[in-house]
Amino acid sequence: MSKFVTWIDQRLPVSKFVRNHLSEYYAPKNFNFFYFFGSLALFVFILQIITGIFLTINYKPDAASAFASVEYIMRDVEWGWLIRYMHSTGASFFFIIIYLHMLRALMYGSYKKPRELLWLFGMFIFVLLMAEAFMGYLLPWGQMSYWGAQVIISLFGAIPFIGESLALWIRGDYVISDATLNRFFAFHVIALPLLLFAVIYLHIAALHTVGSNNPDGVEIKANKNPDGTPVDGIPFHPYYTVKDIFGLAVFLTIFMFVVFFMPEFGGFFLEKDNFVPADPLKTPEHIVPVWYFTPFYAILRAIPDKLGGVIAMGLAIFVLFLMPWIDRCKVKSIRYRSSTYKILLASFVISFIGLGYIGMQAPTPILTALGRAFTLIYFAFFVVLYFTSKNEKTKPVPERVTMHE
Amino acid sequence: MKNDNNSLKRRHFLTNLTKVVGGIGAVFALIPFLSTMSPSEKTKMAGAPIEIDISAITPGTFKIVEWRGKPVWVVHRTPEMLNIIDSKVDYLADPESSSEMQPLYAQNKYRSVKPEFLVLLGVCTHLGCSPLYKPGENKELGLEWKGGFFCPCHGSKFDLSGRVFKGMPAGTNLEVPPYYFASDTKLIVGEDRAS
Repeated sequence: MSKFVTWIDQRLPVSKFVRNHLSEYYAPKNFNFFYFFGSLALFVFILQIITGIFLTINYKPDAASAFASVEYIMRDVEWGWLIRYMHSTGASFFFIIIYLHMLRALMYGSYKKPRELLWLFGMFIFVLLMAEAFMGYLLPWGQMSYWGAQVIISLFGAIPFIGESLALWIRGDYVISDATLNRFFAFHVIALPLLLFAVIYLHIAALHTVGSNNPDGVEIKANKNPDGTPVDGIPFHPYYTVKDIFGLAVFLTIFMFVVFFMPEFGGFFLEKDNFVPADPLKTPEHIVPVWYFTPFYAILRAIPDKLGGVIAMGLAIFVLFLMPWIDRCKVKSIRYRSSTYKILLASFVISFIGLGYIGMQAPTPILTALGRAFTLIYFAFFVVLYFTSKNEKTKPVPERVTMHE
Repeated sequence: MKNDNNSLKRRHFLTNLTKVVGGIGAVFALIPFLSTMSPSEKTKMAGAPIEIDISAITPGTFKIVEWRGKPVWVVHRTPEMLNIIDSKVDYLADPESSSEMQPLYAQNKYRSVKPEFLVLLGVCTHLGCSPLYKPGENKELGLEWKGGFFCPCHGSKFDLSGRVFKGMPAGTNLEVPPYYFASDTKLIVGEDRAS
């Protein structure tokens, strides 16, 4: 066996790769709950690819037969319902995981030097993932698929001068039609997954170059044993592989419970109107995007001007890219930062959840006013942070990571 | 030495020239790929004008027909409805239809050729949803509501001429497609006049 390994290693350094990235890749020893979500996100990505491949085997990207082919998968294909529900539930869980993963970065300052590029790659993954989810949602060709796509593509029409022709080019028709469905299918199953693969690779490559941050925000590479390994680090394998497998088991228990017993999740994961085939002449009474888009959708609706709304929504995502330069505080972890930052982050999270709720509701004057208030808080987070973080009163950061108990 | 320098310069020049020419070529090579995403010839053909029989649309009723895959509304307005349009309009954003959302022959307060027949593109000017026809008073839609079109997506309101209310997500009145009456009962949508 070792002869075989040597033979391989002389031609491709597989053992070296395993050492560099697993058995001798040192990660901080004080990871907590929030550090499950990176590996879980990777797992769900692979799950979406696998279930997606098996769905394309029976799905038809054709406006005349798409809706029926999804019902065919649900009713007539053996175990088809399981594959499809895993894929649809996987999409929602992907966003739950990604949002928690991002919150972790905001809490522990994981976007700060030297991890700016790591954060930027992560943000690109987030944007690609939104495009991937949006295009995937058109494929079942239900009422909500159709009208949701209609609303989002019309957003491009708000861009001055080129907007209308750009929207026409994206749709490939004067309305959402077979042409649109076909190209969305191509993007959803091949173009975007390939791009995602590439950017996820870069995200992990950048992570393994600078090493993981941790809940204390202490650089473990600053403190090394005589043999050069970090004092506060432990090898990723077996310690964190075992931890991640445990996390995965807990995750799968919850995930499969939803898949088996509540795959529509009360209309949050699969909306009721999407069980009606797309009808270009009849808009559903109440159009809402899937829950993971509603915070941004609420920002769009909060602005009483079409172009302004589109700009605000785009800005809400874009401003996150700039976090490494907006937050000028040298201390990374929220544990050693001022109460100002704690209050700011808490109000940001509350406004995000509040916007998410408002984005799901039909527009009423009270909710619109509330949506505007939350939009203001959302953007105020970045503005106030920029000015307060420079000279923030922080607590002393320990030399080494802390372990509780 | 001098000769060496010259050949190095020449080599840099040639390398840069290759980069530029190659780059331009790559950009032009994008055109066919991007063009495949534009509406095809077949799609453009489907945009031809349509004919609508309006004899069956009695006063007060409303009909939806499809043109270019979009809903076109034909509303037969009653004299009472026309009176409402005549009455006060301070809650409308553009009562005179000054923005170019209609052909010139429909640029009036009724936004139509014949006042009793309203022809509109049933697509909200905000984000392209199809508003709902809500004739008559409706407390839920506000006190000034005397009938019109309500967009369920983002709550934009339009009056019985498709004119948008003030402070709505939609910024302009509903669009009037090109149309003409070929006879008393025949309406052609998609063309200004028989050519």
